[in-house]
Amino acid sequence: MDGGQQQQQQQRLGVKQQQWRRQQRKAVEGVKADADTTTIRGSKRRKPVEDVKVDTSTTKVQEPESRKLVEEVKVSADTALVRDPERRRLVEEPERSSTPVRSNKRRRTRSDPTFRDDPSLAMFLYNLTLQAPNAINQAILGNFSGTRQQELIVSHVSRIELLRPDTTTGKVHSILSHDVFGVIRSLAAFRLTGASKDYIVIGSDSGRIVILEYNPAKNVFEKVHQETFGKSGCRRIVPGQYLAVDPKGRAVMIGSMEKQKLVYILNRDIAARLTIGSPLEAHKSHTIVQYCTGVDVGFENPIFACLEVDYTEADQDPTGEAFKESEKMLTYYELDLGLNHVVRKWSEAVDRRSNMLLAVPGGTDGPSGVLVCSENYVTYKHIGAATLTVPIPRRKDPLENKERGVLIVSGVVHKMKSEEGDLYKVTFDCTGETVNEIKIKYFDTVSVAVGLCILKLGFLFVASEFGNHQFYQIGKLGDDDDSPEYSSNDFMTKDDGTLDVTVYFKPRPLENLLLVDELTSMSPLTDAKVLNLTDEDTPQIYALCGRGPRSTMRILRHGLEVTEMAVSPLPANPTAVWTTRLTADDLYDQYIIVSFSNATLVLSIGETVEEVTDTGFLASTPTIAVQQLGQDALLQIYPQGIRHIRANRQVTEWRAPGGRQIVRAATNSQQVVIALTGGELVYFEVDESGNLSESNVRREMSGNVTCLSIQPLPVGRRRVRFLAVGCDDNTVRILSLDASSTLEPLSMQALSAVPESLVMIDMPDQISAGSLTTLYLNIGLQNGVLLRTVLEQNTGQLSDTRTRFLGARSVKLFELNMAGNPAVLALSSRPWLSYQMQSRIHLNPLSYEALEFAASFTSEQCPEGVVAIAGNALKIFTIERFGQVFNETPIPLTYTPRRFVVNPVHKSIAIIESDYQTYSSSEKKKKLKELGFEAEEEEELDPVVFGHSRSTPGKWASLIRIINPATAETAFTLELEQNEAAFSVAILNFAVEAGEMFLAVGTAADVTLAPKSLSSGFIHIYKFINDGMGLELVHKTPVDEVPHALLHFQGRLLAGVGKTLRIYDLGKRKLLRKCENRSLPNCIVTLHNQGGRIVIGDVQESVHYASYVAADNKLVVFADDKAPRWISCSAMIDYDTVAAGDKFGNFFVNRLPQKLSQEIDEDEAGSKSVGKGYLHGAAHKLDLMAHYHVGDILTSLAKTSFVAGGREMILYTSFMGGIGIFIPFQTKEDIDFFQTLEMHMRNEMPPLAGRDHLSYRGYHVPVKGTVDGDMCEQYNLLSGVKKSQIAEELDRTPAEIQKKIEDMRIRAI
Amino acid sequence: MVLKLDRNEDRANLNSQLEHLQSKYVGTGHADTSKYEWGVNQARDTYASYVGHYPMLSYFALAENESIARVKFNLTEKMVQPCGPPPERKD
Repeated sequence: MDGGQQQQQQQRLGVKQQQWRRQQRKAVEGVKADADTTTIRGSKRRKPVEDVKVDTSTTKVQEPESRKLVEEVKVSADTALVRDPERRRLVEEPERSSTPVRSNKRRRTRSDPTFRDDPSLAMFLYNLTLQAPNAINQAILGNFSGTRQQELIVSHVSRIELLRPDTTTGKVHSILSHDVFGVIRSLAAFRLTGASKDYIVIGSDSGRIVILEYNPAKNVFEKVHQETFGKSGCRRIVPGQYLAVDPKGRAVMIGSMEKQKLVYILNRDIAARLTIGSPLEAHKSHTIVQYCTGVDVGFENPIFACLEVDYTEADQDPTGEAFKESEKMLTYYELDLGLNHVVRKWSEAVDRRSNMLLAVPGGTDGPSGVLVCSENYVTYKHIGAATLTVPIPRRKDPLENKERGVLIVSGVVHKMKSEEGDLYKVTFDCTGETVNEIKIKYFDTVSVAVGLCILKLGFLFVASEFGNHQFYQIGKLGDDDDSPEYSSNDFMTKDDGTLDVTVYFKPRPLENLLLVDELTSMSPLTDAKVLNLTDEDTPQIYALCGRGPRSTMRILRHGLEVTEMAVSPLPANPTAVWTTRLTADDLYDQYIIVSFSNATLVLSIGETVEEVTDTGFLASTPTIAVQQLGQDALLQIYPQGIRHIRANRQVTEWRAPGGRQIVRAATNSQQVVIALTGGELVYFEVDESGNLSESNVRREMSGNVTCLSIQPLPVGRRRVRFLAVGCDDNTVRILSLDASSTLEPLSMQALSAVPESLVMIDMPDQISAGSLTTLYLNIGLQNGVLLRTVLEQNTGQLSDTRTRFLGARSVKLFELNMAGNPAVLALSSRPWLSYQMQSRIHLNPLSYEALEFAASFTSEQCPEGVVAIAGNALKIFTIERFGQVFNETPIPLTYTPRRFVVNPVHKSIAIIESDYQTYSSSEKKKKLKELGFEAEEEEELDPVVFGHSRSTPGKWASLIRIINPATAETAFTLELEQNEAAFSVAILNFAVEAGEMFLAVGTAADVTLAPKSLSSGFIHIYKFINDGMGLELVHKTPVDEVPHALLHFQGRLLAGVGKTLRIYDLGKRKLLRKCENRSLPNCIVTLHNQGGRIVIGDVQESVHYASYVAADNKLVVFADDKAPRWISCSAMIDYDTVAAGDKFGNFFVNRLPQKLSQEIDEDEAGSKSVGKGYLHGAAHKLDLMAHYHVGDILTSLAKTSFVAGGREMILYTSFMGGIGIFIPFQTKEDIDFFQTLEMHMRNEMPPLAGRDHLSYRGYHVPVKGTVDGDMCEQYNLLSGVKKSQIAEELDRTPAEIQKKIEDMRIRAI
Repeated sequence: MVLKLDRNEDRANLNSQLEHLQSKYVGTGHADTSKYEWGVNQARDTYASYVGHYPMLSYFALAENESIARVKFNLTEKMVQPCGPPPERKD
């Protein structure tokens, strides 16, 4: 770029950027000024919540645009800054100096040493999962409910989930999901002979075998058996890795990676209960096991087949000959049911590259035996049967690497799957029990699966290893297409049983399968940030998900996903809408009634929705309520009276007394209550003859009635007992509707504001012992608060109130039916839905615009819909995915995304993507040309389905992409050439060129992963063009190692290049090295800074604190961690504290002791910092504040707040697609309460897979300073007796405990 | 004298206990554990743990751009001889 252009650029962007730069420099100071005021430390003396409220409101109003930007860049420190008056003053000061701030001295405005004296209050966190990891590692099929319906059970490593496919709609519904606090390594289903229900066996890391049964009535998994056989943990000789069941359900084998295999005999006792025998050993030492499966032998003695390698001789032979000659054996272990022991029945050598076994149906269904899947071919083997081998067809691809084999990754009976996602159909041709030939044929291509399940009704469930899981309908069996079929008769194996032929097929789009449903999976989630780039009420989560061509950036918004069915504009702005059936027996709604301020419109629902006029409804007046009454009548309540329309269109009118109007009404199909102006209530009932008769009792309320609600009428009843009345004197009263005490008051609740709306619903749950449902009174207040109160069925007393602020507008409530249960739709500044799922009442916002009024809508096409008013439009929508609190907007990417950064000035997102072993598009073209193909000739296969062409190790495809979050589209891409791959990225500006925003990308060329090597690393510097939507290369600086971490640091670039930490400044032709530190142990993977303090994450040696000593131009590492940790991500929580995750699934928080921190900052010369090395490390050590095993590799951490003005917390995302939070406790009482509750929960509800909860959470290091909220939330699943028992221990009522648990969740989101 | 006898018994007891441990738990060390044996056991334990922890397995699969099944297969294969052939015996 020449000077002129540069100037132009500056003119265009200059003002805004300079402002940004200035602010940022201030921000740096601000951070230094205030590091100890963050709530995360939980100071007891200050009231941080109030602080936040006050300050954020002012922030929003007063702050100029640029201020907000600064905060978003400095996610780790932002709100701490906002809260600090000192900083505001600083920012508002005009800028005096233009030199970058390089002082290390931290300005202490407030020293707050006291809370540190009480170590227990220093930091205590509450972990809560917001979205459970959704990658699947095991999937099994069975009839778990005991009905004819086939169901799926999948495991998400630490969670077990029951999925029920609806074969009529093709949708897969999640029925139950349960956290087992352990690692599920294998799952199997079995059924006892003659039974109709499947049991579930779990092989986990608990050193125990667990058998579960699904109880459909209670919707829980029940532990039937739990047998301990070894130590806990994923050890090589403790069984749990492999599970094989006898197809007739008589025995189960549980095996380990090496040596041990145990066989349990399953049987039933006199009462037909499942029994489990003592284990029989089938150990063989010095043997590595590759796979286990149960052979189908009908009712002969059960046989288990294993793929094993014996290493005894290889371990002894220094020449290596024995290793080369060691064979992989297919071994049959027979369980002799008569003698009650296990024998090795048969053993035969197979190819060393065999990886999987598939049992072939036996007994009366087939020839029995196993298919041995080896690299490139499949072999049929069985005792006494001829060995048949057939090659696995390969894709016809000019770019294929012929050296690379094809591996079968998963299979169900006769449908197999290769590594690229190709499905094959294998057929057997047999006479009697002899197999004559096996044939293999390409079937279709789906995503690479970890589990395949074929349902009897012709559906295929594909649990993908990465990305969304799919549910397909099998349209055809693949018999009539033109893909070649290969038979075992056509190929001769060599003497050693191997087959050396290659056969091909041509991949094509789906022909036999039809996609009917998809289950979201965010795995692998590689990076995420919480930002509000589109200026919405709540921040969004931007997450990088997926691998290769299937990868996406997903923008997650808190709210249930809404599917809009229809939108139709109306002539004016309506005020209300109802739907109604015509008779009590109708299945679907017939009319939609829309009320305007002076008219009523009736629409009939049919093929189309049309206006009708001959319905008997009065059109010239607004309407207050509509109800289908009695057997076949309709009711219209309008200000002047009640109109009772009989089936024969005969109309009876009830007129309001002179001078008074009806203001509110509440109805069910038998009872009607109206409120007149002045607060008088009139009650009607439908009598025997279907007439509406007025009760002789009226009641005058103390104030004007603002809302009314009648309890819903249970089927078969003629009358309900309760009426709720809200008055403008801030009260809600419960009145009786009993014949003997009509409109007598029963109870009263005072409120903080005028009630706007009331809804009473029955929700099924176990809160009140003895009854199956609980009656809830939902109260929407004019100040935007929703209250949910339990109404005692016997006394009419109100108790156990839960409060939640929904939005700025008054709350209107509507009763709906969702997922078969009653639910409440609450409309405030955004719509919310309160519904019950898996024994818990959820209250989630909908991802939809604000609505004015709503009603339930039931039609043939849409059994559970909602019709609502927004402005002058009538909208019909449904909600399908309950329980998914985030809804996502995906943006497709090309290669696996690695990291991203946000340009705070232009609000654009820069993503780096790179794929190993992949042809980049230019390489691909070149190679094709070399091979003599013209690119245009070959029809391109969609990489999203078929993947990119695979290259050899050491080849990379990589690109840099700019996304515009406002349009959710890619604005710019730049593919890297010369086999370079991008590894790190940072946004920065340089002090020498203050007006410009730059993007630094760390790349390396010709990288191989094992052994590690590269030809050169590079740091690319790009300049943003086109308002931040494009990039222009400035220059490229070679470095000696892979730059894994880059960071903007005081107007320069801080780079972690291998194990070297360097500061670069911008030069004309390349970056200029300014300062260097080589004392870090392995490889720098994360970098953060606040002021002059730098936090470095090492790939293997945990976090290090360094400071930049400006006077000497030195980077000094002055403190490090006491333990080695393999850092995967980290975040600076405040000036002294860092939170990080490691590759073993741990989360931890480290803090620099405050006194030390102070000393180091005051030590300008850096002599204190340097000190003497201690224990082969830095001079000082960090304190461990919290430690917790999350169970999944953390990929991002951020200090953030989801709720406007809410408390700050640490949000994390995990590799398998999970999102969770750590909330800091604020009072000692809360800590005590939740710790005690957690302890009781561990005793009362030990984890399902048999792992001890405490040892699971302390997998590698004992749990410290953290309470497991997921465990506490399981309190809701306990039986009433156990609930009260724990409650008694805690000196509270069960309702109080539930409220406290719910409060913690509400606080978070 | 009595004391010495006791000690001997203790030692015998300890030895038998160790032997029991060594036979039950593969990889339990003894006085003559060689560097090679130590390394091999450590590597096998490590690979077994990788295979057992699914997130770890998929993490590797993502880095290497391989299928999870192939990563698992490769690790299991490596368990047979993780550190190459054993060194020549000196005696």
